[in-house]
Amino acid sequence: MEISSIIFIILLIVAGGLFAKNLNTIIRNIKLGRDLDRNDRKNERFSLMARVALGQSKMVVRPFAGFLHIIVYVGFIIINIEVLEIVLDGILGTHRLFAFMGGFYHFLIATFEGLALLVLVACVIFLVRRNVLRIKRFFGKEMTTWPKTDANLILITEILLMSAFLIMNAADAQLQVLGSEYYTNVGSFPISRQLMGAFAGMSESSLIVLERGAWWFHIIGIFAFLNYLPYSKHFHILLAFPNVFYAKLTPKGQLDNLASVKKEVEMMFDPSADPYAVPAEPEGEPQRFGAKDVTDLTWKQLMDAYTCTECGRCTDVCPANITGKALSPRKIMMDTRDRLEEVGKGIDKNGKGFNDNKSLLRDYISEEELLACTSCNACVQACPVNIDQLSIIVDLRRFLIMEESKAPAEWTGIFTNIENNGAPWQFAQADRLNWKNEQ
Amino acid sequence: MSELKVPTMAEMMASGQQPDVLFWVGCAGSFDDRAKKITRAFVKILNNVGVNFAVLGTEESCTGDPAKRAGNEFLFQMQAMGNIQVLNAYEVKSIVTTCPHCFNTLKNEYPELGGNYEVKHHSQFLQELINQGKLTVEGGVFKGKKITFHDPCYLGRANDVYEAPRNLIEKLDAELVEMKRCKSSGLCCGAGGAQMFKEAEKGNKEVNIERTEEALEIQPNIIATGCPFCMTMMTDGVKLKEKSTEVQVFDLAELIAQAKDL
Ligand code: HEM
Ligand code: SF4
Ligand code: SF4
Repeated sequence: MEISSIIFIILLIVAGGLFAKNLNTIIRNIKLGRDLDRNDRKNERFSLMARVALGQSKMVVRPFAGFLHIIVYVGFIIINIEVLEIVLDGILGTHRLFAFMGGFYHFLIATFEGLALLVLVACVIFLVRRNVLRIKRFFGKEMTTWPKTDANLILITEILLMSAFLIMNAADAQLQVLGSEYYTNVGSFPISRQLMGAFAGMSESSLIVLERGAWWFHIIGIFAFLNYLPYSKHFHILLAFPNVFYAKLTPKGQLDNLASVKKEVEMMFDPSADPYAVPAEPEGEPQRFGAKDVTDLTWKQLMDAYTCTECGRCTDVCPANITGKALSPRKIMMDTRDRLEEVGKGIDKNGKGFNDNKSLLRDYISEEELLACTSCNACVQACPVNIDQLSIIVDLRRFLIMEESKAPAEWTGIFTNIENNGAPWQFAQADRLNWKNEQ
Repeated sequence: MSELKVPTMAEMMASGQQPDVLFWVGCAGSFDDRAKKITRAFVKILNNVGVNFAVLGTEESCTGDPAKRAGNEFLFQMQAMGNIQVLNAYEVKSIVTTCPHCFNTLKNEYPELGGNYEVKHHSQFLQELINQGKLTVEGGVFKGKKITFHDPCYLGRANDVYEAPRNLIEKLDAELVEMKRCKSSGLCCGAGGAQMFKEAEKGNKEVNIERTEEALEIQPNIIATGCPFCMTMMTDGVKLKEKSTEVQVFDLAELIAQAKDL
């Protein structure tokens, strides 16, 4: 076996292993969330995933960004066929293993090259939109240095990878022209051919160095990118699919009825219930009313956090945010992910019982943010990967109100009124039909 | 002005009758001065068509929506259980309401707690009456007027009801004009999630002003809506923008009642 094959196989194993480890950590973190059954209505779930994730239906609500993204998305998926060949070449020490397909191979390479160019151009436009045109939704107080760098890094990496791919092909094409030994004639290389001119004066040996260099750069870049994913908003390229699949299918207006509360309320309404009976404790820790920290959220809410692409479509349509309030639904998702990562690292270091006396509520998300939400569902509607930002806001509010009794004074007032006279205002229930005789 | 006929469930029961539908009035519809006009307008239509309906009257209580959205799940479920007991005791099968918040809660959140009813928003109910030929509407006073519809979040996004309100407006021979943000991307009026009952958090604008400005941009004669809370928010907004003489805010039921000169 050639030395290059051995190096390649080692790289492949290390990259694959690291990625598997990272993936495991993320799955473990998501499983820190509470149980929730989302295995019902499978057919609807598949068709939702086909429409929203595969079909990008909510991306194209913003046609230009949606169009660019479809190029990158389709380009990525199709170019992966080429990556398969590259990986096999690397392992076997072959050159262009699939070339035996003949005419079809020409067609494939031509397609890959066309897509690579399109992806490259789309990524340049994405960069311009972020850094030159400075589109508003890419900014905001939660878009600190790291998220902005992350976004740019992804785009620059994509550009570099696509460039390496095209340079590799151009050098290959030039070598074919020179009749170099290993570089048999395999295609027309319609895009990279345009670059050949730049390499015309180069010797065969330097062309080989260039071709091999670009080949290694490209594949090592892909390995590195794979392992960057779990730290980045770019993880959405994997999670978008399951996240849409497991999304809430009930009407957006429907909030869940807390089961723990239901049990208590049923007791109060049941005349035969023994008032002195000790309520049977459910197994494990008693469940809090609402959520204080990420571990009080469901696994789906945590998966939402890892899926968020930080695109800002939600914040851009949030009535609270539009009118200058502190609330930003994107920040809710980014905070949830950051806190979950913190808890995960704590568990890695100190074991399961770890406690840092911090929580999602207050250390990350303030009361002021939570109270500003009108529960209008604009964020949920806008999210291209079907994230339910509102459910986290409501769960945090529940903790605030039911566990800490921290309601603003006006809300305490409406609670008292509802309890005493069955309306949020101070009117007697006996007057409820007075409208009938008024003008 | 003729008397409104508003039988209660208790009266119906006493005389051995069962109404076809229960009209759930809601807290705003019962107590808020502006919203009471919507309630009366809707009843006028029901009376005019001769719908066999009843109300709970003093037996109705808050659905618990504001408590639930504020985070007080306990109070919500107490309210829900209480209401479900009353509704089930009267064997209610079908409910119509003029409040999207009551609509959403009764339709979506009560079933799991034991309250299973067929629930309709009044825009859907009126649309059905028209489809069945029981209610006829001609433009009359609204002919040629520019009307825009503000989608209540709890009717639109929350429950995907966008067409029934628009169909009603078109029945008025009016020109339906849409705001930039409409239907599923409609902007909230600012009242939902129990915001109605407290001061807004610190910001640089009130949500209802943002929404009213958007509505005024297209220069409608009338802003129509289908929610008593949106009504408050939009009416206040128009007042603050000093446009009350040019632009009026009406509920769909009021528009139909006026068109029929009820
Ligand atoms: C599987 C292959 C995918 C690739 C290679 C990919 C690639 C990218 C890239 C490069 C960006 C950065 C664009 C920017 O900086 O503005 C991006 C953003 C984004 N992607 Fe994907 N993506 C993939 C799948 C998906 C799927 C399935 C969805 C779900 C519909 C999705 C939704 C988004 C969203 C919402 C953004 C934010 C940017 C915007 O709003 O335009 N992506 N993606
Ligand atoms: S539901 Fe709350 S967070 Fe989402 S857009 Fe509406 S106000 Fe903003
Ligand atoms: S929650 Fe959805 S809409 Fe909001 S930033 Fe994340 S991906 Fe975009």
